[in-house]
Amino acid sequence: MTEEVETKDAIKTQEYFVNMGPQHPSTHGVLRLMLELDGEIIKRVIPHIGYIHRSIEKMSEKDSYRQIVHLTDRMDYLSNHMNNEAVCLLVENALEVEVSDRVKVIRTIMSELTRLSSHQLWWGVMGMDLGALTTFLYAFRDREMINDIFEETCGARLTVNYNVPGGVMFDIHPNFQKRVKDFIKHFKTKLPEYDRLLSDNVIFRQRTEGVGILSKEDAISYGVTGPTGRASGFSNDTRKHKPYSAYDRVEFKEILMDKGDTFSRYKSRILEMWESISIIEQLIDNIPEGEIQSPAVKQVIKLPAGEYYQSVETARGELGVYVVSDGQKSPYRLKFRSPGFSNLFVLDHMVRGYKIADLVAMMSTIDLVIPDIDR
Amino acid sequence: MDNESLKTKIAQWVPNAEFEETGTSKAQLLNVIITPDKLLDVAYKLRNEEDMKFDFMFSLTCVDFPEHFMMVYHLRSTQTWNEVVLKVKMEDKEKPQVETLCHIWRTAEYHEREVYDLFGIVFKNHPDLRRILLDEEWEGYPLRKDYVDPVNMISL
Amino acid sequence: MFDFSTLTQSIHDYLISHLSPFWTTTVEWVIIGVLLIAFVALSVMGLVYIERKVAAFFQLRLGPNRVGKWGLLQTLADFLKLLMKEHITSKNADKFLFNLAPFIIVTASFLAIGAIPFALGLHVMDINIGVFYITAASSIGVLGILIGGWAGNNKYSLIGALRSGAQVVSYEISAVLSILTIVVLAGDLQLSSIIESQRDGWWIFKGHIPVFIAFIMFLIAGTAETNRGPFDLAEAESELTAGFHTEYSGIKFAMFFLAEYVNLFIIAAVGATVFLGGWMPFHIGDWAWFNDKMDYIPSILWFFLKVGFVIGLIMWFKWTFPRLRIDQLLVLEWKYLLPINLVNLLVVAFIAMMGWYF
Repeated sequence: MTEEVETKDAIKTQEYFVNMGPQHPSTHGVLRLMLELDGEIIKRVIPHIGYIHRSIEKMSEKDSYRQIVHLTDRMDYLSNHMNNEAVCLLVENALEVEVSDRVKVIRTIMSELTRLSSHQLWWGVMGMDLGALTTFLYAFRDREMINDIFEETCGARLTVNYNVPGGVMFDIHPNFQKRVKDFIKHFKTKLPEYDRLLSDNVIFRQRTEGVGILSKEDAISYGVTGPTGRASGFSNDTRKHKPYSAYDRVEFKEILMDKGDTFSRYKSRILEMWESISIIEQLIDNIPEGEIQSPAVKQVIKLPAGEYYQSVETARGELGVYVVSDGQKSPYRLKFRSPGFSNLFVLDHMVRGYKIADLVAMMSTIDLVIPDIDR
Repeated sequence: MDNESLKTKIAQWVPNAEFEETGTSKAQLLNVIITPDKLLDVAYKLRNEEDMKFDFMFSLTCVDFPEHFMMVYHLRSTQTWNEVVLKVKMEDKEKPQVETLCHIWRTAEYHEREVYDLFGIVFKNHPDLRRILLDEEWEGYPLRKDYVDPVNMISL
Repeated sequence: MFDFSTLTQSIHDYLISHLSPFWTTTVEWVIIGVLLIAFVALSVMGLVYIERKVAAFFQLRLGPNRVGKWGLLQTLADFLKLLMKEHITSKNADKFLFNLAPFIIVTASFLAIGAIPFALGLHVMDINIGVFYITAASSIGVLGILIGGWAGNNKYSLIGALRSGAQVVSYEISAVLSILTIVVLAGDLQLSSIIESQRDGWWIFKGHIPVFIAFIMFLIAGTAETNRGPFDLAEAESELTAGFHTEYSGIKFAMFFLAEYVNLFIIAAVGATVFLGGWMPFHIGDWAWFNDKMDYIPSILWFFLKVGFVIGLIMWFKWTFPRLRIDQLLVLEWKYLLPINLVNLLVVAFIAMMGWYF
């Protein structure tokens, strides 16, 4: 297991293994990393996953499509709405059902709110991983407002389950528009505060700039999507390239960076929050009228035999749903291409030669959600 | 490069390749079905050929059909955003084997470990073929259709 | 101004009139020991409470507010909980060293606290090398961290201990050098005479910019020496779970916790004594009228106000800044703080030689 390295003075040093996780404060869940260390310098990282593998793919083979939507909440619980949306879009596209404009706009606003709340949590945790404990509660202060909006409209704060194939479960709450606007107004003053507290801090800059560089080629080869990949210059925003819901009627920039270091990954998410705010602002005042559930989608959904692939942009990257249908009420095979799974395994490539503290920073900027990886 | 010209190009490389189009009427994906022995060659060309450059493998999985296993590779070009589905049909249900693609797309290494874990497909020349989600001692391959776990599974 | 030495002298006189000199000394030692332990226990509980409230203030929270009025008894409740917890010693730990380490670290803290002048005439001992003694005594603490990290047979604690070793040894130099500037100005190592030299103004005001720089250096180095954020690499919760005390539980963990806060108090007290005049009230040159008014405020209050100010600064750092990386930490010390300190010391020496301070 260990390899002996002979130094100049013939003092023998030995590399050693440290188990980081499955219970560790900065793996944010039950992820286990085996670190091969030389002093504090990391030689290799071997990720061990599967601690909360719940075989969602196998369960889906027995469930109806309406039930599968509920399982997806439990994958990437911070991008719950987008996960729901992915399955619903797939079913709608397979059935060739067009949902009303109202549903499209509501879905887009909700997705962006989910993205904001996910990035807020990420920001708080990122600061905490670097030792700035205060960020966490700042982030939660703002995230609470989004959760309240969700609670009012969907009845749930985390596993919202708002989408159903063919539309959304209920119409939006009468307060929805007002509260979203209040939140946007509030958050626009707080987002610069995030920058003042963390982004412009000297220690933070030193810890993140030029650390953990991921080149564009590697990002593509490793299939790193989402803000993590875009920080390396890999244009992969599904919202831009294959627009779904109402993303074709709003204007937003795809945040692309070129450095690919930890700071770029950090900055790309901060900038993405501004884009999300702009998307919500464009849509919130003109939610068109329309039915909230398409009558064309029947209670028991049977997809025509064939194969379907639908991808959405979650807060972590591209979530793909691949369904092989044999015409029955449950899929023959269903595969979730989860962004976290691909993103996690680039860690070993990125982290070699850096220190433990850098690993923690890089892990934060990859923004891992373990249930998303394990499924 | 549209699906038709892609089809002709691939048909030149692999004369016995089967083609089909899947997806919805709006978004048709070209599926290329080949045999395991041609995989490495076709994959390499799809990745490196000048007007294709399918450099981003966004999904790798397997489907257990009653008669055969089907490896499914979803490929995309990051320049043109073209997509193609490469499929490998494995008639041998007892000892399914296929070449690894992790030297062409690095992400394949871990997706292949997942497929090995859940379907028991052996990837030849894979650098580190171990179970990834389940225990090392786990018996059977859960995502196969004939997998039964009398203790933990609730059959509906 | 009330002189505590009259009080201590009267106790001494009372004892010596009833007991032999040997027993007098013994009884005095016992009294001092009990008082010190009581003081440390109370002040640590107070500090923990303050720290939580300060953290809560910075983090938009309320902090402890359930046990007792305004949560004042929360720390006591936590302390009782820690007392009753099981002692767990991992199987392959070096049991002797594992149990020894908390004692070393606490002893070091107690040794150092003995030389601190709390008020006019109120100190355990006023030795003539006070500054030297405090820095020497408090640096023993790192031994406890190193031993504790090693003996737990845990790789996380070992990494934490080694980090801490490198850190404390480096930052000790800066801390001492920055105190030396005042020693040069005051011309004495004895704490009481350093305080006395600030009768016409605290050194931070008298000593121009170099002393101010030295004070900043001392704050940075002192924070690093107490292993507090942003220099809490030895614990580094997000990297090393709990660093050097990962394996400790119950009262042994509480002792590390205690030592951390005692060290915080010592650093703040030394900073307050050396730079801010200790118990010396706020005096301006020869404004006799103003200085007389200031003397009405008791000296012990002055001392604790100043200590509170320095502690507040250190807590502010902790709850604002992210943590440094180990190499950045050492670069900061050896490439920036140390050269600045050395040059600063030369400048101060020059100022002292020419008598250019107020």
